[in-house]
Amino acid sequence: MTYQANEKGYYGDFGGAFIPEMLYPNVEELRSQYLDIMKEESFQKEFNYLLKEYVGRPTPLYFAERFSNKYKTKVYLKREDLCHTGAHKINNTVGQILMAKRLGKTRIIAETGAGQHGVATATVCALMGIECIVYMGEVDIKRQAPNVARMKMLGATVVPAKSGSRTLKDATNEAIRDWINNPVDTHYIIGSVVGPHPYPDMVARFQAVISEEIKIQLKEKENRENPDYVVACVGGGSNAAGAYFHYLDNPEVGIIAVEAAGKGIYTGESAATSALGKEGIIHGSKTLLMQTYDGQITEPYSISAGLDYPGVGPMHANLFRTGRGEFISITDEAAMQAGIELAKLEGIIPAIETSHALAIFKDRKFKEDDIVVVNLSGRGDKDLSTYIDYFNL
Amino acid sequence: MNRINKTLNGDKKLLSIYFTAGYPKLEDTVKIIKDLETSGVDFIEIGLPFSDPLADGPTIQESSTQALKNGMTTNMLFNQLKDIRETVKIPLIIMGYFNPMLQYGVEKFCQKCQEAGIDGLIIPDLPVNVYNEEYKAIFEHYGIINIFLITPQTSEERIRFIDSVSDGFIYMVSSASVTGSTKGFGEDTKAYFKRISAMNLKNPQIIGFGINDKETFNQATEFATGAIIGSAFVKHLTASGTNKTSSFIKALRDL
Repeated sequence: MTYQANEKGYYGDFGGAFIPEMLYPNVEELRSQYLDIMKEESFQKEFNYLLKEYVGRPTPLYFAERFSNKYKTKVYLKREDLCHTGAHKINNTVGQILMAKRLGKTRIIAETGAGQHGVATATVCALMGIECIVYMGEVDIKRQAPNVARMKMLGATVVPAKSGSRTLKDATNEAIRDWINNPVDTHYIIGSVVGPHPYPDMVARFQAVISEEIKIQLKEKENRENPDYVVACVGGGSNAAGAYFHYLDNPEVGIIAVEAAGKGIYTGESAATSALGKEGIIHGSKTLLMQTYDGQITEPYSISAGLDYPGVGPMHANLFRTGRGEFISITDEAAMQAGIELAKLEGIIPAIETSHALAIFKDRKFKEDDIVVVNLSGRGDKDLSTYIDYFNL
Repeated sequence: MNRINKTLNGDKKLLSIYFTAGYPKLEDTVKIIKDLETSGVDFIEIGLPFSDPLADGPTIQESSTQALKNGMTTNMLFNQLKDIRETVKIPLIIMGYFNPMLQYGVEKFCQKCQEAGIDGLIIPDLPVNVYNEEYKAIFEHYGIINIFLITPQTSEERIRFIDSVSDGFIYMVSSASVTGSTKGFGEDTKAYFKRISAMNLKNPQIIGFGINDKETFNQATEFATGAIIGSAFVKHLTASGTNKTSSFIKALRDL
């Protein structure tokens, strides 16, 4: 049994490509070529070169000593926050921009919620001199002004999504509509392990560098490749997919997925998809999603803009259903406290998304000699105003 | 024989109208259907509203959002349609996205369609292969025709495949666009209409997307059996309410 995608893009019951016929040629073009292109030596060479010289990889696997002492277990932080642009998102955009070039595409579109994926996409488009259009919910544009400014500085056009709730899911709808309207010259860089096959698998493979490095680094530090647990926060789930990737089929490694409970799972203001979601279809993928009994997709809530997606990637839906992954949800309050705690204990200000993953240690106890790797997916600079407001700093 | 096939057998240029169920008001669904029939429309697509209609433009998305706010649900729609066949004779098709049908239960959905006298379904995000493998038998059991789409980008091989598994008609998307664009038809589009027409498919083609007035209707039906107007009619409902349906239809063609 494998927890990777099969050739039709299914992870167990989840995945596939539930797309309108208008998108069929675009998605089929990608599906039929992505694995071959990724295997090309020239592609690998260019991808690895850019990850090293431009993104700044490998990112350190840092032993968080004071944090470990406090929680009486051995915690390593995979420092994706040190990537160029401040989060793991760029691993995927570097891969996809190279993919787009090989497919002969001259125009890039992307969706963004908090703006991190938008910035990562605008960055690689600037690097390659390719036109970039980023769809962003009107509400998010107001909430995330600094990232909007970054994208503009990088030469991208930011288009407000004015439909529906005017947040991430609507930005995704608008990006998909753009792709329908521009089927020939445009590549859609999806920012997470969501969307129709082959996106979840392709994005997971680009993010897989995270667990590839963890294996090598842990071997150096602990003389073993496998930690006892890998912990990551899950919105759509791309940083988690990357951190789990090379451990998915290794039962010795526990997989812990941390979702945003918002103000509490059952308050109506939550993004804990595994607890609240039902099987259905969102953005071309069969997965778990938050919806009404009648199949209308509902609006999630989390203090962290990167976690408030109403679905979860099909890989994670399968990890949940099969019990391979342990799913924990963390409230806004617990996450914020964990964020400030890491700052004080280790001198690292994490993104609020990541703070959710750090917050589990309070209640989820590990053995003293357990090795727990937490994927520190992003840095907290973008969240300063939220931290300031929350703690009256 | 399904009503759709009977209607398509004639040599008339067919006019189909799409509207969103439960819009502008929740209880408008039946009145709009009846008025469309009396105005001479040949068949109707009833839109089951969805929160995230990927293939639709702003007009249909907004009407869907409003319909949902009005309280429209799958159950509600079937309740509204339960006596529709006491009066309405023309083919009725439900157009909707797959998730609400999946939540309702695909078999139950088809059964309810049969009970209400719905002849077919158009589900943009249910791909042909998934339909064939998982749902075809259910649709056939309840006598519901599933209509597939083709676009200017669809390869000839795939068009032949879709034709081979289709019944009723093929929904020909006029251009690479979501619903509601009003660019008119350029030479490329006409060339595409001609190309498909020349393929002599076993199923008739009905053209949709981008048809909003008499001129575009006539251009489309020059090459196809009929054409579907959606966003333009929804806009008309928004602007003029539900009492002027016949004047909207009359302006589209000389009856």
